[in-house]
Amino acid sequence: MRAVIAEDSVLLRAGLVKVLEAVGFEVVAAVGDAVELLAAVEEHRPGVVVADVRMPPGFHDEGVKAAMVIRRQWPDTAVLLLSQFVEERYAADLLATNTSGVGYLLKQRVANVDDFVDALQRVAEGGTALDPEVVAQLLVRRHRDPLEKLTPRERDVLSLMAEGRSNAAIAASLVVSDSAVAKHINSIFTKLDLPQADDSHRRVMAVLRFLEIT
Amino acid sequence: MPSTTLRRALVRSLGRPPWSPEVWRETRFTAAGIPVAAPVWLALTDSSLLFPLLAVVLAATSWLTALQRGRLRALYGVELPPPGRSAALRLGRLRLGLAWRQITYHLLVGPVLALGALACGYLWGVALVLTTVYAWVWMLPLEAGLRGELAGLDVLLTVTGVLLLVVTPWLTTLSAWLEVRAARLLLGPNRAEQLEQRVEEIAESRAGLVDAVDAERRRIERDLHDGAQQRLTSLAMNLGLARRTLKDCPPDAMQVIVAAHEEAQAAIDELRDLVRGLHPAVLEDRGLDAALSGIAARAPLPVRLDVELSERIAPTVEAVAYFTVSEALTNVAKHARAKQVDVSVRTAGGRLRLVIGDDGVGGADPSRGTGLTGLRKRAASVDGTLSVLSPLGGPTTITVELPCVL
Repeated sequence: MRAVIAEDSVLLRAGLVKVLEAVGFEVVAAVGDAVELLAAVEEHRPGVVVADVRMPPGFHDEGVKAAMVIRRQWPDTAVLLLSQFVEERYAADLLATNTSGVGYLLKQRVANVDDFVDALQRVAEGGTALDPEVVAQLLVRRHRDPLEKLTPRERDVLSLMAEGRSNAAIAASLVVSDSAVAKHINSIFTKLDLPQADDSHRRVMAVLRFLEIT
Repeated sequence: MPSTTLRRALVRSLGRPPWSPEVWRETRFTAAGIPVAAPVWLALTDSSLLFPLLAVVLAATSWLTALQRGRLRALYGVELPPPGRSAALRLGRLRLGLAWRQITYHLLVGPVLALGALACGYLWGVALVLTTVYAWVWMLPLEAGLRGELAGLDVLLTVTGVLLLVVTPWLTTLSAWLEVRAARLLLGPNRAEQLEQRVEEIAESRAGLVDAVDAERRRIERDLHDGAQQRLTSLAMNLGLARRTLKDCPPDAMQVIVAAHEEAQAAIDELRDLVRGLHPAVLEDRGLDAALSGIAARAPLPVRLDVELSERIAPTVEAVAYFTVSEALTNVAKHARAKQVDVSVRTAGGRLRLVIGDDGVGGADPSRGTGLTGLRKRAASVDGTLSVLSPLGGPTTITVELPCVL
């Protein structure tokens, strides 16, 4: 899959290029700011973009703004944002239009190459990847009744779903069986009063309700 | 204390011969006041001069004050505390009080004191004439008749002259002391004004210091972020990549790589915590609300956060608020055995109010333990207050109020 990288630190940009190429992505452009990023996406139409939130010239949220443009104009391009810190507004903006093919990770996660590649592949395949800290922070602000009904275990499962994990990954992370996870997820769907639909859609709905974005 | 000083000055004066340099200095100093006061005396003898004189004194008050302060400094070595420089003093009632005191000095106190100086000068003259009575009487022509009239009085006159030589320096000392005292009271800021001015200066310099410390922390944070953090992350990425891609690597070499990779990740985490403790980047980029969300999410117990900021808050105050909540939550996690913490942050009337309440065991004593003392000091550094309500058995509520703008 073709990828575009936007990161203003030369060191990290080189590192990201190496990692992406090592796991089979074709890095068609590696740029240092948001304007170049949009130009590169327009030119190459990559399958996935990995972008820093803070980039020149303003060093503010240029990456998020560029990501919103990409999601609107080229919906087939998945976007993984890397941020120095958690800002739930960024995550919410990013997820508001469509939860498929987006990710928001803390920058330090790239140090753990396996986890990072895992998240990147998930996003590139149309899934989501939210940093556990983003999910934890979103939880602090959400105290709506439906969520209060969940057991602590169910909240753990929902948090991991929000991070974008599969059932198997959730089971491994909580050290329970796959069927136990499936049971928890069914119970969550019921408690959140989600309409009957195919499973993956209900998952997305549950996460969105959890993040209070719907 | 001034009375002791006066007594000491007078005793010292008695022990000095009339021709000592100190006596000469005091005489010169007091006499120099006479020309400045003379116009006022003149105006008293001729009422038509009174209004012009008043006008001149009012217009030239600060110039006259500078002149008198100069006289004290140059001729008597007395430095008066400077009048206030800060804006409040320049415009406020203090400045007005000072102006009235200066006018009083120039119109009333100065001229009266100069009369004393004039009297001293006169006595000096008389004393010199009388002590030397033998010398000049002898020079008078015989037929003038004066010689005859003085003949019986010469001893008395000489004795009086000598006495005057003793008393006049003493009176000059008194006069000089009164001059200094009056000038201190009327030409400089009084004690309350000096204190007020000092407090203002200290408050200003403290605010500057707090800001400077905050700016320095930001700078270090930025430097670490742009430098060491990026390098460490890059290092960890390379190690992670090696770990993932080197398939035919000997197992013990791989062990070293794995250990190095984990060390590097641990270093990144530690550095991140350190940087966050210096100055969190999120605070600078996204403000207090977003930064507090981060703290609440990382807290080891459930935190309900409620932030409503309707007023602009100075960056330094934001930093104080951030670290206050952070430390308060650390305290709760350590000591309170609480299940839930509620943090509310609101602005009202130019004040930022933080309320941190937990359902723990209570009994927190702000006079003991470093946690709450540290919080109180933090709040005090920007003129804020901290109050703790923590009965035994709980719950505990900590309320911190900070000014929104320094």
